[in-house]
This record gives sequence, C-alpha cells and structure tokens, in this order.
Amino acid sequence: MENNGDVQMTAENDDQEEEEVTAQSVLLAIEEAWLNEKFAPEILPHRSDLVDCMLQQIMHMEENMKRLDKEDLRLMIHRMELDRIKYVITNYLRARLEKIEKYTIHILSQEATRSSEECYLTVAELQFAKEFLTNIEMLFKTIALQHMPGNFQTFEVDTLTVKPNLQTYVFLRANDRINGIIVPGSMDEEIDLEPGSQHIIQYSAVADLVKSGAVKLI
Amino acid sequence: MYGRKGFKLISELDLYSDILPFNEALIKEVLQEMQSLYDANVANSNAIRNDNNMALLPSVQLRHIALKRNKRCILAYIYNRMRKLKELRWELGSILPPEINTNLINAEVQWFQSYNKSLAKYMRSLGEDHGFNLTTNMVPPKTLYVEVKCVEDFGKLELDDGQVILLKKNTYHLLPRSVCEPLIRQGILEHKST
Repeated sequence: MENNGDVQMTAENDDQEEEEVTAQSVLLAIEEAWLNEKFAPEILPHRSDLVDCMLQQIMHMEENMKRLDKEDLRLMIHRMELDRIKYVITNYLRARLEKIEKYTIHILSQEATRSSEECYLTVAELQFAKEFLTNIEMLFKTIALQHMPGNFQTFEVDTLTVKPNLQTYVFLRANDRINGIIVPGSMDEEIDLEPGSQHIIQYSAVADLVKSGAVKLI
Repeated sequence: MYGRKGFKLISELDLYSDILPFNEALIKEVLQEMQSLYDANVANSNAIRNDNNMALLPSVQLRHIALKRNKRCILAYIYNRMRKLKELRWELGSILPPEINTNLINAEVQWFQSYNKSLAKYMRSLGEDHGFNLTTNMVPPKTLYVEVKCVEDFGKLELDDGQVILLKKNTYHLLPRSVCEPLIRQGILEHKST
C-alpha cells in the first residue's frame, strides 16, 4: 500500500517515535477493516476503537502541521498523507452506512439478538438505523399505506426485508493457518489455508474467519 | 387489466434517471383499483362463506395477487424516489435546488429533512468534539491541488490557511482539492484534468 511508505516517513520525522509506531499499526488495522467492510456482503462488527484512535491522531497531526513553515516540503507530504487516511476512514464509515440503509430491517433484527458486548453497530449507528427505519415507515404510511384498503395498510416487515447475499464469492488472503473449511455445496470436501495464501471462496464459509481476523478480504 | 397502472409507475422510474414530479394522479388510480378489487373480494368471500360457492375461489385468489402486486409497485415507486433523493443529499448537501424541490410532495420533503437530521447527528457523534464530515473525501486523493475553472460567479472563498481568493466566472485557479470538492459537485467549479 502506498500509505505505508508515508507513515514510515512520519515516524522518522517526528520526535515521538514510540507513539508513531503504534499509529502505524492502527492505520494498518483500519486499512484491513476498511477492505473487509468494502468486500464483505454483510455488515461486520464495528471497529470504532480504531476509528476514534485514528481521528485523534489526525487532530494531533493537524496541530503539528500548523507549526511547520508553509514553504516546507514536508508539509505537502504530510497533507497528502492525511488526505489519504481521511479517505480511508470516510470510505469505511460510508460503506457501513450504505449497508445499514440497504439492509436496515435485517440488521436491526439481528442486532436485537446480540448482547451489548457483541453488538455489530456502534451506539450512533444503531440510532441512525432506527431513525432511518422510522422515517421510511412514516414516508410509506403518509403517502400510500393509509389510503390502502383494509389489511393492506400494514407495514409488512417480512416482505420489505432486504438481506445481504452471503453466497457471493470473495477473494481472501489467510493471516493464520486454518484447517478444515468445508466447501459449501460439496458433500464433505475440506480445504486447509496456509498463512499468506490467496483463495476465492463463498463468503458464508469464511464469514466467521473474517470477523475473527484469521483471514482478510482483498 | 389489473396491475397495469402499477407497472406504469415502475416504468416511469426506469425511463428517467431524474426525480420527476410526484405522479399523484397515477398513484390515486392505482389506489382506486385496489379499493375496487378489495370490495369485490370482500363480496365474493362472503358468498363463499355463506353459500359455500367454491367456484368463486380462483377469482378471489387472482384479485388478491393483483392487490399485492399493486401495493408492491406503489411502495417500490416511493422507495426508489427516496433512494434518488438520498443520493442527492450526498452529492449536493442538505439544501435541495428549487427545480428538484418543486417535484417533491410534502411527505418527501419531510423525509429529506429527517434524513438530514439523522445523518448530521451521526456525523457529529464521530471523533472527539466537532464531529467528522463524511461527505468530503468522496474519491481517492491523487493530488493535493487541482486545476479548476470557475463557471459561475461565486465571490470570495476563504481557504483553510486564511487566504481569501475571488472566484469569478471564467477564471482559472489552482486550489486544494478538499476545498474544491463540494464546489465542483455544486457545479460552480469545473475540474480541468491535466
């Protein structure tokens, strides 16, 4: 990734090297989370820890940049790097919002079965999803549903639910060694993944591995 | 034939990518069709129950399917208009241009405002104190500065570093990408690719 080079540069430029090294690992983690979210058909557990950390880091860097001379070449490089990081974060959060808007009912009903520790959505995302659903219901009711005859007035949650297609195929790279993934659609065919190896496989077979971080989508 | 008017609604969505005036007349006709189908079904199912007249059953089922289809068409019409409206929010910001506003009905305007509110609330919740704007940085950044042509008189524009520039029609500028992005989407600036 192009970004990595830039971050290393910061590490060299900055006095607080220790802090910068962790910033780099956070950036790498958020890039992985971003790509996973981008390629997975369903919404993944949120990583607001990474987002918050990175946003704080951005603020920090913006402060540092103010101290630099305007003609300084490093300023341009820092700015470019910041823009890239911001793009990754906004794109990551936007991808999540898009999924929330598309699969609102499905996500909300799944979320209701999870305890507060294993929630996939952040508090703010959950609220956004709930409001989004209320607004759609309101829109449907005021324009059409209330004018329909008898039992056709109901907002039928079941028929209006859109579900993500978990049977879609994804590209992935294994982070760890994984044994015995059962290939969907076969009788009992099992495959093993070597660390660093790349595969194309049905998402449903590896959904749990994506969430646990044993593989990453590419 | 049943369901033909509902189909017209859908093909209207398909034919035009812009948001057209809300087709209230057609919606009303579909709703009327639904009402008459429903009334006929109520009458028939009473007849089935009272006289055990099973010959009526197939027509009841047919009307029921037509009713369901009509409902689906109407909701799809509303839902897809909403989707286009949502895209506009990301493209143009929280204020809609008048030519689009006139094509909306009250309930849609209200939906748009609620959506704005939810989205703003969500974006404010990000980060430490002042929130994080998700509607910028829409495309991967390639360069810091972009060459733009001003196509409309805009007036003064203050940059992040406090510098103020004057955007006049038919002038060319080299500006930070982040500043230009919203203005390009609003059609005030034009991106000159080099």
